Amino acid sequence: MTQMTPGFADRVLDAQASFRAILEAMSRPGRVQCIEARLSPPAPLCTAAAAALLALADADTPLWHDAGEAAADWLRFHCGAPITGIIKDARFVLACGAAPSLDAPDIGTDEDPQLGATLILQVAGLVAGEGWRLTGPGIQHEHRLRVLGAPADFVAAWARNQALFPRGVDVLLCAGDNIAALPRSVMMAEG
Amino acid sequence: MSTLARASVEELAAGLAALPPLPEAEILRAPETGLVMVRGRAGGDGDAFNLGEMTVTRCALRLGPHIGHAYVAGRDHSKARLAAVIDAALQDAALHDAIMRAVVEPIAARQQSTREAEARKAAATRVDFFTMATMR
Repeated sequence: MTQMTPGFADRVLDAQASFRAILEAMSRPGRVQCIEARLSPPAPLCTAAAAALLALADADTPLWHDAGEAAADWLRFHCGAPITGIIKDARFVLACGAAPSLDAPDIGTDEDPQLGATLILQVAGLVAGEGWRLTGPGIQHEHRLRVLGAPADFVAAWARNQALFPRGVDVLLCAGDNIAALPRSVMMAEG
Repeated sequence: MSTLARASVEELAAGLAALPPLPEAEILRAPETGLVMVRGRAGGDGDAFNLGEMTVTRCALRLGPHIGHAYVAGRDHSKARLAAVIDAALQDAALHDAIMRAVVEPIAARQQSTREAEARKAAATRVDFFTMATMR
């Protein structure tokens, strides 16, 4: 607890700005947004992942993470989210190291697809305009996104996740203060 | 903490001013006001029920390596901040005794005497129904 750092400098405006960036990212899959919050989260959390959890997670959303004790203390204090060790129980799954497989978290049910978890993946970098070809709702023709440090075989795993629609997990890709989203409706092909 | 939470903001400020200057506090959770549900229970075995909501202001800050928390009744942000500063400083072994002597104990003594004075005033008006029953 001795390394505890503050959360958002302005709780209301920074949370709203972060929410807006996530909303933009989710509605335009593959477009990279920048979260402009002044944050100093503990390692290994990046600004975008920390801001996303501060804006989205609360006492009603169990969180699974692999970020270590300092980050767990920080998230517990600032989000108030219960931390769970069982990945199926989590509404938010934060992966800083090796990403869990896309079928590990809860995918919801056909009656309650909103119960599907949101997977927050920290990656090395996000480059728009090259790489994966994304199509689907929110994309007029095609968006392209290259993810540096993406899990191996992600495109095949994504195809299985996308086939479950309306069930499935949504993915937020975070690198530094950049964020891009892959809602479960988006279709992906190798670039 | 309950002594600090019940103290007035003037008492806290005066106590803190008497101390050697403390390091600058880093605010972790700026003072914020909200409602907490106060629960009650009738007798020892009654069911818990919601008595009502109460306005509470909380604050958390870091003073060097120590984290101080404060939850105080009402909407006084500066009081929550002062109480959190004192809570953090109390965790410093070198400062603990001096703060207890200079700040906490005088406030506790004042609160104790106020409570006793009120208890005496209330006791003077007490009616002993048991006595009335045996007078017949």
